[in-house]
Amino acid sequence: MPQTLEIKAISGHAGTVPGHGASRDYDVCKLIDVTTCIGCKACEVACLEWNGYSFTETVFDNSYQTMPETAWNYWNLIRFNEHENSDGSISLLMRKDQCMHCADPGCLRACPADGAIVQYANGIVDFHQENCIGCQYCVTGCPFDIPKFNPSTKKVFKCTLCSDRVSNGLEPACIKACPTGCLHFGSKDDMKELAEQRAAQLREQTSHKDAGVYDPAGVGGTHVIYVLHDIKNPEMYGGLPANPRVPFLVKLWKGPVKLLGGWAMFLGVVGVAIHYLRFGPKDAGHTTGPEDKNERTKS
Amino acid sequence: MSPTRRDFLRVSTVSGIATTVLGFDLTPAYAQAQALKISRTTETRSTCPYCSVSCGVIIYTIGDKAKNVTPQVVHVEGDPDHPINRGTLCPKGSSLMQDILNDRRLLKPQVRRPASDHWEDISWDQAIDEIAHWTKKSRDDGFVEKDSQGRTVNRCESIAWTGGCTDTNEFNYLVVKTMRSLGVCYLENQARV
Repeated sequence: MPQTLEIKAISGHAGTVPGHGASRDYDVCKLIDVTTCIGCKACEVACLEWNGYSFTETVFDNSYQTMPETAWNYWNLIRFNEHENSDGSISLLMRKDQCMHCADPGCLRACPADGAIVQYANGIVDFHQENCIGCQYCVTGCPFDIPKFNPSTKKVFKCTLCSDRVSNGLEPACIKACPTGCLHFGSKDDMKELAEQRAAQLREQTSHKDAGVYDPAGVGGTHVIYVLHDIKNPEMYGGLPANPRVPFLVKLWKGPVKLLGGWAMFLGVVGVAIHYLRFGPKDAGHTTGPEDKNERTKS
Repeated sequence: MSPTRRDFLRVSTVSGIATTVLGFDLTPAYAQAQALKISRTTETRSTCPYCSVSCGVIIYTIGDKAKNVTPQVVHVEGDPDHPINRGTLCPKGSSLMQDILNDRRLLKPQVRRPASDHWEDISWDQAIDEIAHWTKKSRDDGFVEKDSQGRTVNRCESIAWTGGCTDTNEFNYLVVKTMRSLGVCYLENQARV
């Protein structure tokens, strides 16, 4: 039974990924239509059930939200937000928060451990905990604050987009459970089209004139896209960044600085070799200098 | 000029070191995704017992029903072929596995006697006997043969029956037949299966 997925990118890995681009895999995508979410949390439970995590104690924070943030064993959280509209009315906004599976994943860029984070050819960004060294650079690299550290095992966990199910031709557990049909799964092209259709419908038939599709270009697009009532103000959905980017320091450190460091090391070795050829070995046992001086003072 | 043994050793050692140091990558282009935990399990169709919607679920148990295996539930998921929910489930339905594998699940009949503050375990035989006894007594005590205008009604107004949501059509047919034969008028169930 094929349970393998072709890899597109590997964290902390020197050189190219062999065989990449050979197959015709399509990008998979989750579509979350926040306008039809009723906040039932079936996706939260389905996620826990599939991934085998036990229920943890919830935190009451004067809202229906299960806990303030996603956790290392709680990858999928519906965020409840009370937003005050310009006319003084209140909107109760719900957003399914989980890994966005960026096309340009900041976590993978930041990760120094070979093979701890891989990006499959179908767009899924997956953590392989057996290669994780627990440095938490991925936490810094993620613009959505998704990877979560488990202090007892010193490994980082996050949503896998059910890579085990997808590689076997199934849809993710959360998608299957959703009773209102606000979650959809399919190829990126199909989901994008469906999302645009829904956004156009909202603009034409409802008062949400700014409805749109959230597929941020700053991280190269994501494999989890949203239909929002108001695409101009994604922050009101519990801190969805308007223009997420891989942090500048991560880009600098993993880009030019890494390259320069590599060259500096290489040129250093070359320099030492040239020095050796030009001036020969350092004569540690040579003691004639001081002796000469002594002789000179004597005379 | 054919290479000498010494040349061969020299070249292989240098190239070996070079590939090790400079990198020669044979990392597979494919990664093993986590094994699918339901791939070889037995699938059993069932109905969610919670509300009257009566969603179809699939219960996944380990093993292939071989004689020496005691099946254990490993996962419960919506039934995509079920016309009511087409694979979807609510949060309660999604957690059905914990309804099945639960220390607090009732596995035998219990009774709370009048004025008692606790439930006591009783055997199935005792339960059936007691149900028969109290049904008879309630019916005899509250049976209405004629209404206030003298019309024959033969009603048993002292008993009501409520059915659960997993009751099938066939089961409910038997319930109606049994209860009507007792004269029970207050009949209801929430089944939609």
